[in-house]
Amino acid sequence: MIKKVASAELAVGEALVIKKNRIEPLGGAGENAKRVCVVTGTHGDELEGQYVAWRLADALHKNIQDLHGIVDIYPALNPLGINSIFRGMPLSDLDLNRIFPGSENGPMAEYLASEMIKDMSGAAACVDIHASNIFLRELPQIRINETVAQGLMPLARRMNMPLVWIHASATVLESTLAHALNSIGTPTLVVEMGVGMRITKEYGEQLVEGLFSLMSYLGIWSRKIAPTIPPIVSSDWQVAFINADHSGIFICEAQHMSTVQEGQRLGFIADPLSGRVMEKINSPVTGLLFTLREYPVVYEGSLLARILHSGSSGGGDGTENWMEACL
Amino acid sequence: MKKETLFAINTIYRQPIPVHGLIFGSGEKSLAIVGSLRGNEVQQLYICSQIVKLLSRYEADGLIAPGKQIMVIPCVNAFSMNVGKRFWAADNTDINRMFPGYSKGETTQRIAASLFEHLKGHVFGIQLSSFYIPGNFVPHVRILDTGFHDLDLCDFFGLPYVMVSKPMPVDTGTLNYNWQVFDTKAFSIYSKETKNVHIDSAIQAIEATFQFMQSQGIIRSASPTEEGSYYPFHPVRFKEEDLVNVLSQRGGIFLHRSQVGDEVKTGALLAETLDPYGGNVIERMVAPCDGRIFFNHNSNLIGGHEVSCRIIPDNRASIA
Ligand SMILES: [Zn+2]
Repeated sequence: MIKKVASAELAVGEALVIKKNRIEPLGGAGENAKRVCVVTGTHGDELEGQYVAWRLADALHKNIQDLHGIVDIYPALNPLGINSIFRGMPLSDLDLNRIFPGSENGPMAEYLASEMIKDMSGAAACVDIHASNIFLRELPQIRINETVAQGLMPLARRMNMPLVWIHASATVLESTLAHALNSIGTPTLVVEMGVGMRITKEYGEQLVEGLFSLMSYLGIWSRKIAPTIPPIVSSDWQVAFINADHSGIFICEAQHMSTVQEGQRLGFIADPLSGRVMEKINSPVTGLLFTLREYPVVYEGSLLARILHSGSSGGGDGTENWMEACL
Repeated sequence: MKKETLFAINTIYRQPIPVHGLIFGSGEKSLAIVGSLRGNEVQQLYICSQIVKLLSRYEADGLIAPGKQIMVIPCVNAFSMNVGKRFWAADNTDINRMFPGYSKGETTQRIAASLFEHLKGHVFGIQLSSFYIPGNFVPHVRILDTGFHDLDLCDFFGLPYVMVSKPMPVDTGTLNYNWQVFDTKAFSIYSKETKNVHIDSAIQAIEATFQFMQSQGIIRSASPTEEGSYYPFHPVRFKEEDLVNVLSQRGGIFLHRSQVGDEVKTGALLAETLDPYGGNVIERMVAPCDGRIFFNHNSNLIGGHEVSCRIIPDNRASIA
């Protein structure tokens, strides 16, 4: 059943309406039925979650007899952004994921954010699906703030995602949807996968399996589920960040999600005007190339790659950089 | 005046984009003034350009106090300004959310880090700022309540209003917040406009800056009769959380019926929204309390649940 979560009138003949699809067991959900929220479309340029939302709703409708709780699917928290190919909230240019928990008496974006929180609060679990940004391609992963890692790990392990990245807390991230929900006791996992403006079907399928596995773990899904993959947990490893030191065009020479060797060429930064190579990019460590630059135009400082490694081979200063985190 | 290139930003296909610091006097790093960090802050750029022009005259006349140095950085974001973007034009990030910066991080973190290297260690810092919601303000001094802030110093600007804001999580990346954390007494000056030059409020901001410099002994008065005459002015102080937001319910064509700075009584008409297809009034926004208009939404279109106006209520807790 399609339900309205929040709305506000726009200037000329239209309203901004945030909608969700509530999927319930055939005979209706009982009074104390558990609820899972699957949320995406906070950033208008991230579309991987669109496939997941569609695929999940389709699969649930086809096997509704196996559902014993409520699944609320929110495919577009920022519908105007998705519509206008814009990451933030059009008009105000605010990043929706930096204004939670919002405020009932604040401006439109903050008001909508507060209504979203009200609607999702109390769920047994919430999964907020992101797709990096247009610049970087990410291996499917769960991201968890270290402050809530203990409580969320049992859920994260069931998500069929190859990596769980437990990251340092940063004050700026206190205004995300996940932080707002976790701090009122609604367990919320963040998924980052793929790349902005594209859909990677395999990742979507993998996550849908993970969502059924989560529902099964919570006791609201009785259909047999496929075995899920055990994740690598980042706390056992180190992350090397590789940023560009020159501006130019990044030509990639490595395979995303592959194991790279220390010293291996990952790519180079070219200057098409002069025909020169500005910078050769070599891997500082041996490890898993889990983040890779997708958008070729780079500036001094642009992130090119992140590599998960054991820390024994040196290289990379390992400093976590959460300002650029694309949550 | 010494013109220094503090650092330059290299990009493909564009000239290196320099960030200049204009330096007056010598000695103690007394004051840094920062203009546009965002590409739409044209008023802020204008104000800085006029401050530079005036300070050059002060310097020529020997009116910069001995042992005091002032640095003005009119523009950090020519990269975005020259292509008509508000935030960093390559990835839409906001430099004013990246402080204190990170020299090994992303582009805007590196810019913030390079800039902050030059800004750290000043006794005073003034940022000419704009608000994250576009609109018009009563010119005022804003200070973040960090525990390190010095409210009484705000009075020396001589602006009519001083607003004290509790930092939100996103504020921890602003220049003002980090200046304070690193022991600089930091103030933000908000002018009426942002993307257009508004001469009257620019003059107010320029005068406020000079009044502050003179009150703190960084410059001497251009007029000998005024020497030593800068006593603190008594502005209206209030906390941001005490502002009363007047929210719209309806979307449509938005017309102000009052101006920022107006004193209003409860029930006074503030603005009207017209049906975009029929032209008749569909909503009248009235003052919910007695007070003064601090902020006005500045577009002629409005949606439902937008802040059309913010009022400093007469009835509010006083702050010391
Ligand atoms: Zn996102």
